[in-house]
Amino acid sequence: MTPLLQVKDVAKMYGARIGCTDVSFDLYPGEVMGIVGESGSGKSTLLNCLAGHLAPDRGEVVFDTRADGPVDTVTMSEPARRMLGRTDWAFVHQHARDGLRMSVSAGGNIGERLMAVGDRHYGDIRARAADWLGRVEISDARIDDRPSAFSGGMQQRLQIARNLVTGPRLVFMDEPTGGLDVSVQARLLDLLRGLVREMGLSAIIVTHDLAVVRLLADRLMVMKDGHVVETGLTDQVLDDPQHGYTQLLVSSVLQV
Amino acid sequence: MIELQNVSKSFTLHNQGSAVIPVMEGATLSVKPGECVGLVGASGAGKSTLMRLIYGNYLAASGSILVGGVDVAKAEPREILALRRKTLGYVSQFLRVVPRVPALDVVAEPLLSVGTPIEEAREKAATLLAGLNIPERLWSLSPTTFSGGEQQRVNIARGFAYDYPALLLDEPTASLDAQNRATVLDLIEGAKARGAAIVGIFHDEAAREQVCDRFVDVSGFSPKVAA
Repeated sequence: MTPLLQVKDVAKMYGARIGCTDVSFDLYPGEVMGIVGESGSGKSTLLNCLAGHLAPDRGEVVFDTRADGPVDTVTMSEPARRMLGRTDWAFVHQHARDGLRMSVSAGGNIGERLMAVGDRHYGDIRARAADWLGRVEISDARIDDRPSAFSGGMQQRLQIARNLVTGPRLVFMDEPTGGLDVSVQARLLDLLRGLVREMGLSAIIVTHDLAVVRLLADRLMVMKDGHVVETGLTDQVLDDPQHGYTQLLVSSVLQV
Repeated sequence: MIELQNVSKSFTLHNQGSAVIPVMEGATLSVKPGECVGLVGASGAGKSTLMRLIYGNYLAASGSILVGGVDVAKAEPREILALRRKTLGYVSQFLRVVPRVPALDVVAEPLLSVGTPIEEAREKAATLLAGLNIPERLWSLSPTTFSGGEQQRVNIARGFAYDYPALLLDEPTASLDAQNRATVLDLIEGAKARGAAIVGIFHDEAAREQVCDRFVDVSGFSPKVAA
C-alpha cells in the first residue's frame, strides 16, 4: 500500500530559532496521527508546513494524489496546491472563526467549498449543505443563519462540515476541541470518530490534550523544542513512554 | 498462534534519577489455536505486564512476540493496528470509551471496524448484551454511567463481538455474579471451540480450572535480583 502522505526530513527555521526540524513519517490511508507537545514545541509550525500554509526550509511532503500518484507538495505549483486544499485536503482551525466566513450563512459556508470545485446547481448545493448540517448535528432550520449567531461548539461543527463536504482524504486539525467545554468536546470526538470510520479519512491532529489523542489517534508523535522525541502506537506511548519528556508529560496529567 | 521467545521488559524512569526497573526476563510461551493458557503468579509478578507486551501496549526490550505471524515487538504501528482489528482481541479490566456513545455501539464497534454492516453488528451486540443480562433500557445509554459490574460486562461483550483468532483476557470473571460468570465461561468455551488461542488471567480458581488447559507461572520470568 502506498502511504497517503510521506514526510521526509522537514525543517522550518524562524531566523536562528528552530520551528521544527528532522521530521519524517509516513501516514497511511485511514490512519489518524496525533501530534502532542507543550506550547512552543513546534507542533503547529509542523502542521502548517504539512498543509502548505508555511513553506518549509527543507524536506519533502509527498502526497498521493488521485490523478498523478505521489507528488511533492512543497515544490508543486501554487494553483495545484490550492486545488488540493479545496478538494483532497481539509484544515480544521482551532478557532472556528479562522476557518469560516462569518458574514455568510451556514449553508453558504458549506456551499462555498462545493462551488469551488465546480458545483453550480443551487438546489443540489443547498440540499448537500442541509445534509451536512444534519451530520454535524446542527438543525437545518439554522441553514440561513450566520455563524456569528452560533455558539462556539456549533461554529466548530460547522467548520468541520464545511471542510468535509468535498470528501477530502486528509484532514489537518489544529486543536479541534480546544476552548470547548467538555460536554461539547465529547460530542465532537464522537462525531470525528464516526466520520473517520465511515469516510476512511486520514487525519493529523495537533493537540495538547492527551485524553483527546487517546480516544482519536491511532499513532502518536511527541514533540519538544522542534524535535520529535518519540513516536509509536498511541496507547503504547501513553502507557509505556520511553523518553524522559513523554514520561513527564504523561505523569503531569491530572486524574479526574 | 501466540509465540513468545525470550521476552524481557524493563522500565526506565528518566524523571526519577533514571532508575531502571527490570520486570521481566526470558519470558517464553506458546499458545496453540483452541488452547487456553492461564497465567498465574502472585500479585505484581507480571501477569498483566506480559499481556500488555503481547498486545503491543508495552514495548518489549528484547525477544520476539509472534501473534499470527506478526512480531509485535518489532512491528510498525499500522501492522499492530491491523493485528488488533483482525486477529488479536483484548478484554482489559477497565472500559475506556468515548463519552456519550451508546453501549450498543460500544459493543458493535469492533465489528464495524472490520467492515460489518451496521445492522448486523448491532444485532450481534444486542445478542451479547442480552446474554450478559444488561437490561435493554440501558443499551442506548453511555456505559460511563454504568455500575462497575455492568461496565465489566459491556467490556466483555465488546471483546467477544468479533471472533478474534487470538484473545487476551484480563480477569474476565472478576466482580460478576454466578449467572453472568457462567455466561462468560460459556463465551470462552465457545471461543476455544472455534479455534481461538487464549491467554487469560483468572483469580477465580474454579473458573480457571474449568476453562484453562494449562498454566504458566510468570514468577519464573522474574529477573534474578543480584543479592
